[in-house]
Amino acid sequence: MDKRKNTKEWKRHGIQALWALLTNSYLAGFFYGKIYRGSLKKLCVPGLNCYSCPGALGSCPIGAMQAVIGSWNLKAAFYAAGFLMFVGALIGRFVCGWLCPFGLIQDLLHQIPFPAKLKTFPGERMLRKLKYVILVLFVILLPMFLVDVLGQGAPYFCKLICPAGTLEGGIPLVLLNRSMHSALGWLYLWKNVLLLILLFLSIFIYRPFCKYICPLGAVYSIFNPISVFRYRIDKKACTGCGTCAKVCKMNIDPAQNANHPECIRCGACKKACPAGAIH
Amino acid sequence: MSFLRPPKIGFLIAAAGLLLMGLGIYRGEMSMVWQKAINICMECIGIG
Repeated sequence: MDKRKNTKEWKRHGIQALWALLTNSYLAGFFYGKIYRGSLKKLCVPGLNCYSCPGALGSCPIGAMQAVIGSWNLKAAFYAAGFLMFVGALIGRFVCGWLCPFGLIQDLLHQIPFPAKLKTFPGERMLRKLKYVILVLFVILLPMFLVDVLGQGAPYFCKLICPAGTLEGGIPLVLLNRSMHSALGWLYLWKNVLLLILLFLSIFIYRPFCKYICPLGAVYSIFNPISVFRYRIDKKACTGCGTCAKVCKMNIDPAQNANHPECIRCGACKKACPAGAIH
Repeated sequence: MSFLRPPKIGFLIAAAGLLLMGLGIYRGEMSMVWQKAINICMECIGIG
């Protein structure tokens, strides 16, 4: 059973890695410290993937949303919001489980053996609401209202929080461009500290960024209960043994709510169900 | 995971999402996203 479960996990990680490679395949960027400047970047990718990553071929939907909200003239981000609605309504948080490069990194870090893996802690349920606060405050309100003299707002989530931007964009670009070294300051330090904390936490807490911080996961979670691509429970077959809840690393009970907002559709419950009641 | 009896509301919202994307493209948002994405975002990488 464990072997079967691990095989399934590695199959998922393979797909995650393939997707990450496919959407970050501008290899010249990694050699010359540049980013891709072609027209594919007009399109958003479904996962959290910094468009300043040297390999990125598409745009991060959260970055795209802030870019438009923070502009002096447009403000309302119909394109990015529509994209998130479209993807969310079709597959919900399947994106988090299968198509997000930063999710893959956290998944792999959690594979590192550690004696005390932490499944939950006091206040954990409450902490999960934080990602909605971050979505509203840092992605929408601050870029919209905290503006400069030209009426332009900064992408505050990217600027102050996003560890994916630091890992995928900041670190490689700074390593590859000496000219950037003199510009490094407290912000770069802060973002690297935040990244290190999250990467360290990922070893013993499953996907801390996705659970507590990610505004993209917050958006997709809203669509999870109504998405087209979804889990179904065969109530007649379900014996209520609780195996699905035990294997769920996102700490939900699929038998009670198979399309819970926190479900990232990783498929662990489906694989573990002894009655085959999850479809 | 299943496509069996999917909720119709999912399809409706997906269609509404496409309409919104179309509206955004009409307003020039796609070009703005592109302009932002083809230049290194100093804020995103922790320098700006």
